[in-house]
Amino acid sequence: MAQFYSDKVMEHFTNPRNVGEIPDADGIGEIGNAKCGDIMKMYIKVKDGLIDDVKFKTYGCGSAIATSSIATEMIMGKTIEEALQLSNKAVVEALDGLPVNKIHCSVLAEQSIKAAIADYYTRQGIDPTPIVGKLADPHQPICEL
Amino acid sequence: MDRFIYADNAATTRLLPQVLNKMMPYLTEQYGNPSSLYSFGQTARQAVDEARDTVAEYLNCRSDEVFFTSGGSEADNWAIRMAAHAMAKKGKKHIISTAFEHHAVLHTLKALKKQGFEITLLPVYENGIVQIDDLKQAIRPDTALVTVMFANNEIGTIQPISEIGAVCREKGVFFHTDAVQAVGHIPVDFAGLNIDMLSLAAHKFHGPKGVGALIIRKGLRFANLIEGGAQEKGRRAGTENTAGIVGLAEALKLACLDMEKATPPMIAKRDRLISGLLGSVERSRLNGDPIKRLPGNVNISFEGIEGESLLLLLDFKGVCASSGSACTSGSLDPSHVLLSIGLPHAIAHGSLRLSLSQDITDEDIDTLLEVIPPIINRLRDISPLWEKILKNEKYE
Repeated sequence: MAQFYSDKVMEHFTNPRNVGEIPDADGIGEIGNAKCGDIMKMYIKVKDGLIDDVKFKTYGCGSAIATSSIATEMIMGKTIEEALQLSNKAVVEALDGLPVNKIHCSVLAEQSIKAAIADYYTRQGIDPTPIVGKLADPHQPICEL
Repeated sequence: MDRFIYADNAATTRLLPQVLNKMMPYLTEQYGNPSSLYSFGQTARQAVDEARDTVAEYLNCRSDEVFFTSGGSEADNWAIRMAAHAMAKKGKKHIISTAFEHHAVLHTLKALKKQGFEITLLPVYENGIVQIDDLKQAIRPDTALVTVMFANNEIGTIQPISEIGAVCREKGVFFHTDAVQAVGHIPVDFAGLNIDMLSLAAHKFHGPKGVGALIIRKGLRFANLIEGGAQEKGRRAGTENTAGIVGLAEALKLACLDMEKATPPMIAKRDRLISGLLGSVERSRLNGDPIKRLPGNVNISFEGIEGESLLLLLDFKGVCASSGSACTSGSLDPSHVLLSIGLPHAIAHGSLRLSLSQDITDEDIDTLLEVIPPIINRLRDISPLWEKILKNEKYE
């Protein structure tokens, strides 16, 4: 059957991994907004410098759900440093590609993980900016807020 | 996949077998060119002429007012451009339309704006219907054309065409209507409604794709669309799409003959679907007027979810539908139609259009009512926006 997305995207969209919330999360990151049509919320649990658990909730299109799902898989059990290095490009590759107009979803996934890690540092009393960098809503400037 | 429910008939419809049968000879043995003198060509000529008569009969216009085109978009472009340019020569460069026209109209108007035309887009309000007083106020001495769609393609609302026609006729302003969604679905009376130009497309009423028509009131002499031959009285040259034209006429005939009988059960199914969905899904709303709408149009917004993921999950269940979300429009803005009736972006993103045909059975409606709410719930369960809505947090 012909389809718009790759099998990998469809698979993650239909059976998203690590969906939900972590009630006692060590860091929570939210990127996106309702107006532009997608919001990703990432919850992380950190233990000994490792991402011990990660969960997500996403409002958005099929690729937004799929990118957040695969991104959680890609950082699970990794060190914080490794998680920070997850690029949107790696997410796109892991999904066997995304349609051009959906690339921003992979940026949302990358940024929401960074936002969760930034929140983790903030809670530790550490200024996250030098480590995580500046977070940006990838909708701009394509969607006017 | 359990069953296949095609509920996207505003996008396109199934070609009826009876229509295909009528077309077949002109795709096979009867391949003559209608412009050829010999009888083999004249057989095709006769088929085109008869089709023109049929269209005239069912739309209450004259046969010589029917100009076949490649479809609705071509008809819209032609009507608006030719009227605009003809009137510009008389110093009239103002065009009135609505905020929720099809892009075939809106983008044409945008192009004309760049050429110095002034465009007024009338508001359509929360119920998706133009108010006649707004039109009366908008008409100026330099108004060249009013173009208002007969029925909206997304929310199905039916416009006060008779009143608009009367106002335009009285003020001496040309009136075009994009009737692509209306023809074959609700009665359309070209002469009786004081319409000057009307666009239609065969594939919206179980005819073939790639053929439509522009009805141009007799006496309106605007520029030709395509030069190069005597076809369509020289105004739209090019060898006729004989099979398509025959198919258009046959589909129109069948739709119009069937309309009186088919409409009440269609409306009953539509309303059962609407009330069923609104009743079983909290924080949902019907978009567009509940009464003045096409018999087969359902358009509902579900808060907290995004339309594209809803369509994908419906596809797994064998349901074809559409949405006004940004992701399905290929941009990051949701449907201009939903924004025009005042929906916030987030609610427009969560819209679902189900457009019915006679193929949809009562069992199909049951299935839709069974399948859709759990999908909404599933998407809401993983939606951080839904979380905000439940907590009454501000989100836009």
